[in-house]
Amino acid sequence: MIRKAPHLLAIAALVSFCRLTRAQSGANFQPPKTQIAHQIYDLHFFVQAICVGICVVIFAVLLYAIARFRKSSRRTAMQFTGYKPVEIAWVIVPVLILLVIAIPATHAVFAMKDTSNSDITVKITGYQWQWRYDYLQEDIGFYSALSTPRAQIENREAKEENYLLEVDHPLVVPVGKKIRILVTANDVIHSWFVPAFGVKQDAIPGFIRDAWFRVDEPGVYRGQCAELCGKEHGFMPIVVNAVSEREFSAWIADQHAAKQIAAQGADAAGAKTYSLEELKSGGEKIYTHNCIACHQPNGQGLPPAFPALANGKTATGPVAGTIHIVMNGSSKNPAMAAWKGQLSDLELASVITFVRNSFGNSAGDLVEPKDIATARQNP
Amino acid sequence: MNTIQEMAVSPVDEPVEERRGIMRWLTSTNHKEIGTLYLIFSFAMFLVGGSMALCIRAELFRPGLQFLRPELFNQLTTMHGLIMVFGAVMPAFVGFANWQLPMMIGASDMAFPRLNNFGFWLLPPAAILLMGSFFAPGGATAAGWTLYAPLSVQMGPGMDMAIFAIHLLGISSIVGAINIATTILHRRAPGMTLMKMPMFVWTWLVTAFLLVAVMPVFASAVTMLLTDRHFGTHFFNAAGGGDPVLFQHIFWFFGHPEVYILILPAFGIISEVIPTFSRKPLFGYRSMVLATCAIGVLAFLVWGHHMFTVGFGVGPELFFMYATMLVAVPTGVKLFNWIGTMWQGSLTFEAPMLFAVGFILVFLVGGVTGVVLAVAAVDVQLQDTYYVVAHFHYTMVAGSLFSLFAATYFWLPKWTGRMYDETLARWHFGLSIVFFNMTFFVMFFLGLAGMPRRIPDYPLQFADFNMIASIGAAGFGFSQLLFLYVVVKCVRRGTQASGRVWEGAVGLEWTLPSPAPKHSFEIPPVIK
Amino acid sequence: MSIATRQRRVFLILIAVAASMFGFGYVLPPLYARVCQLTGFNQLQSADSVSGSARPDADRTVLMQFDSNLRDGLPWNFRATQATAPVHPGQLVQVSYEVSNNSDHAISGQAIASYAPAGAAAYVRKLECFCFSIQTFAAHEVRQMPVIFLIDSSLPRDVSTVTLSYTFFEVPGRQAPAKENTT
Repeated sequence: MIRKAPHLLAIAALVSFCRLTRAQSGANFQPPKTQIAHQIYDLHFFVQAICVGICVVIFAVLLYAIARFRKSSRRTAMQFTGYKPVEIAWVIVPVLILLVIAIPATHAVFAMKDTSNSDITVKITGYQWQWRYDYLQEDIGFYSALSTPRAQIENREAKEENYLLEVDHPLVVPVGKKIRILVTANDVIHSWFVPAFGVKQDAIPGFIRDAWFRVDEPGVYRGQCAELCGKEHGFMPIVVNAVSEREFSAWIADQHAAKQIAAQGADAAGAKTYSLEELKSGGEKIYTHNCIACHQPNGQGLPPAFPALANGKTATGPVAGTIHIVMNGSSKNPAMAAWKGQLSDLELASVITFVRNSFGNSAGDLVEPKDIATARQNP
Repeated sequence: MNTIQEMAVSPVDEPVEERRGIMRWLTSTNHKEIGTLYLIFSFAMFLVGGSMALCIRAELFRPGLQFLRPELFNQLTTMHGLIMVFGAVMPAFVGFANWQLPMMIGASDMAFPRLNNFGFWLLPPAAILLMGSFFAPGGATAAGWTLYAPLSVQMGPGMDMAIFAIHLLGISSIVGAINIATTILHRRAPGMTLMKMPMFVWTWLVTAFLLVAVMPVFASAVTMLLTDRHFGTHFFNAAGGGDPVLFQHIFWFFGHPEVYILILPAFGIISEVIPTFSRKPLFGYRSMVLATCAIGVLAFLVWGHHMFTVGFGVGPELFFMYATMLVAVPTGVKLFNWIGTMWQGSLTFEAPMLFAVGFILVFLVGGVTGVVLAVAAVDVQLQDTYYVVAHFHYTMVAGSLFSLFAATYFWLPKWTGRMYDETLARWHFGLSIVFFNMTFFVMFFLGLAGMPRRIPDYPLQFADFNMIASIGAAGFGFSQLLFLYVVVKCVRRGTQASGRVWEGAVGLEWTLPSPAPKHSFEIPPVIK
Repeated sequence: MSIATRQRRVFLILIAVAASMFGFGYVLPPLYARVCQLTGFNQLQSADSVSGSARPDADRTVLMQFDSNLRDGLPWNFRATQATAPVHPGQLVQVSYEVSNNSDHAISGQAIASYAPAGAAAYVRKLECFCFSIQTFAAHEVRQMPVIFLIDSSLPRDVSTVTLSYTFFEVPGRQAPAKENTT
């Protein structure tokens, strides 16, 4: 048994290696769903096989040397200090191996960078801490934020299957079409990363950078932000819904219709009068979704970076001040985003009313959507 | 031509009455004492940085946020990196340089002993600034040790404290490097030509040049960051005509040579240990020297491989890919030379040799994964994932740290005149290598599966490997307390060590008695 | 030369190297800007000269896309008046962007141009552009601003779509010199 041990060990290692290299294993790349991802998968397998081979050979030589040349087997040391043929060989052979790797590696770079002849262009903007997708040719745009409930993150509820990988509004693209993405950022550097597509593009504020992918088959594909961008860097995932062309056209039509309805709704909301309770209860939902990461469920915040709203200066002071900071963000503290672009008049009015009348604050006033509309006109 | 007379009585060696207590250490210009100061400082920083790592791994033990708020988590990952690189590893190598270089070249001390003192004493204030930044409003900087703009421009006053600490650390490194380079170039004993120097001396010579060349670039990068933050410049702000990517170029122009600064002295140490325990001279000395210089030169040409996803055109992407792959060649030469040294030798496996052989095994893994990352298209999948974290921990922990352990066990008997406890030291090795691999090998899988870096919480598919890594980290961390115990026990009550200490030891330092006298080689030996 | 002299010489040389490398760090921003200009990667902030032969290449059509970005906090609407335009290389094209200042005070801003693919920047020759200078908008002003450009016919053949994207940043406290306002 002892004598067979090395063979058994080798077999066990080989089996583990094969199992680990399967794409589903959680120890290798996720199953590739684009041509580039396939290219990368195969290229990596090739390079990794060479590397593993090199490691196995060198480990074997080293272990042999350790076993064979021990002083305890009464060895005296030879005193050679060089051997030209071998020294030349171990420069030439690695260079040849690298050349062999370089050829498919070069092809892959050319393929990755070729954004020409695309079918659809989507602009992707990284924000602290969510993404925005704009279909430039369709004039449709929306934000896409993490939708995993805070309670799951804080271990008060059981985590569900797509924990930290689910969003409210996924990116929708048609299968089989070349999608060109223009990636930029609003504030700091982010990075748009979907492993199944083999795409990772840094989002640089002030500049657009292009990349592309063509999805082979329908499905839901998930990724995460891949450049440290602040405290919620781990909480701004990416979800892409790849659908058939027909479903995509239908979705686009839906988006246009929804935009119309939202615009009408905003006008209607502007005209309507709301009660304090209505605004507070709507505002609480918005607060829970958008604000508690920093300002905490009880409004205590995490001063000084994230001020307390409970008895806070701005939250209990003149209402114009609260409206201004929620809509436009804080010039002193860049972590406080400007929400006027992301929330409707009704949503802004609700959350501001909620904050001013909760956590022990009792401003007693309410802010209506038409107040927000006015503030948009006169910032 | 210089006479021995001139060299023996150098101006800085005038007899001085021995000071005692704190003043002795504050004002020492003795390379051995300063070496000790550097090593004690670096080990203290290692424990601090290591505790931060344990906090990080504790949070990552399971999905969900258990102990740390995300912003504190980011502060810890940032400071773990800064403290380990600038507070632990670099000062440790300088400490070994201080202790060993003069003895190895037959010099009485470093070229500029008072500058040596100054260089060390910049470090404690820098460390206080760095660790103190946790208490600044908003906490320590949380922009990652790489400090990318514009995120680092957004950070609070903790960032400014870190910038000043970095300036102090940089000045310390630069003056230390100048001292080391000058010592090596002009204080060698007569007859010791460059091609007769021990490899540890050669690797430090190249490292010193790298330090002088690139630490100032890091200084200018963080100064630009400082003025962007407070004085209205816009180097890294598109609004003013700048570019955030410029920061990455400047940073990595420094940053890549920096990682070679962290590994070349390690290569030198391994090149001392392996011949000793093989009882055989180093195989391929000349090619080792050439390989070291080649690595030093190539270091300047590859910085872009940290930026493969930034949006380079095809040309730069390919250039950096090819140049990076090329670095594997001289690195491989070194590895093969070490094995060639062991080949047909007469090997024993005391603790220094265990760490040296362990170094070869794990550095090989780190090195080949570097080749994988060099392939730009593959890097697109792996950039900013745990694959990169695993790669640099394999090279820097298994690489630099293991070599520092090897060096400690190797030279401690010479310094103290006492042997360390060999059994406990072997336990230290065994525990370290097992727990190290448990912690970091699974991170390759995490990176391949798509887990990003610098996140305090993660999707469920990454849970199992994270749990394993956290357990390994706890084991690895606590095993280092054993190292502390072994060193302290050796210093206080180790058994007497001989002058030669190791049967196969060759080199000037081993011709001295153990413990080495405070002033050694006052009259330089003549080398034939 | 005595040891002390030699050591001092090495010391001074290395200090000089360290100081120059610090200076080199500061040379990098303008160097970077120059390299970007030469490789066409980042925008040129001034009008281009157009070479004599400007016969449009009617056989080739490049799709130009026009994108706009506002940094949050800028109380403007900023949009291209047309999302795309098919263009022949060599053909002079004029498009316009519209800015409306929704606030009740004057604000100045600077537009930064960015291109995808990034290398296309070298081939887009802008004769007139609001991005050349700081723009000031009075309260509630709505203004259309032209961009006049042509695509150089040496644009590589494999590029069929070029996106021109502007990001407007506020420039606090700076007023555009009156004569440079493009209207």
